[in-house]
Amino acid sequence: MGAKESSLAMKNPTTVDRKSDRELVVTRLFNGPPRIVFEAWARPELFQRWWLPKSFGISYVSCEMDVRTGGSYRLVFSHPSLEQPKAFFGRYIEVTPPSRLVWTNEESEDGAVTTVTFEDKGGKTLVVMHDLYPTKEALDAAIASGATSGTDETFAQLDELLVSLDASGA
Amino acid sequence: MVQYSHPRLDASFAALSDATRRGVLQQLGQADASITDLAAKFHMTLTGMKKHVGVLEQAGLVTTEKIGRVRTCKLGRRALEQEAAWIENYRQMWEARFDALDTIVEELKRKDKTHGRKRK
Repeated sequence: MGAKESSLAMKNPTTVDRKSDRELVVTRLFNGPPRIVFEAWARPELFQRWWLPKSFGISYVSCEMDVRTGGSYRLVFSHPSLEQPKAFFGRYIEVTPPSRLVWTNEESEDGAVTTVTFEDKGGKTLVVMHDLYPTKEALDAAIASGATSGTDETFAQLDELLVSLDASGA
Repeated sequence: MVQYSHPRLDASFAALSDATRRGVLQQLGQADASITDLAAKFHMTLTGMKKHVGVLEQAGLVTTEKIGRVRTCKLGRRALEQEAAWIENYRQMWEARFDALDTIVEELKRKDKTHGRKRK
């Protein structure tokens, strides 16, 4: 653990909070200006690299992102434990570089609306990702079923994967 | 249609929405502690810590037992495991993503410099 901790100390912490019945909020500070951090979210070839880091063991079947207000996206993933690839899709409601991105998650009717803000903190960027679920029940269900983003088994498996990676110290 | 109705989730999430209370749970995850211990650990007054523990107790996340003059706190049952574990797993997933995003931000910053596009 010792060596791991020293590298952890340099990382900015990620926080997750259930802000209300229907809201889940993730925050993280990045060591670069909003212009750059926003680019990493809005350019498909960059987004793809970090959204599914290699450690997840999940690969893209396809990834289409038309990142502009009114544009749509469709991401299809596969994982050895999944019988069939899983699709995530929705629309960009707002794309305002370099400060704000809003999209829908339409793979389920209980999907959240995701708002990401990029706030300048003296050359660094505070990213706040806010998921607003249609109802309290929708968020409760997402949590109760062990899913993470909406109602998705992929991420539940992902969680297990991460936990096992963590336990093995990889 | 399966109904996921967990009335306790409400109280639990309210309890978990506070950083000190999450810290207390983490602490109790390692060892039981008295309210006095916890107050000292989190640099709080006894009264302040009693309130936090009260919220956690109501949510079923912590149980307390008074032995002699000392009130000892320990973790409550499964509610904690379910909800805190979910939040923590979710956080770990995002942490992994954001670590990868750090790498890309660094790359873009370097590129920015070499192209002399640095704006002042």
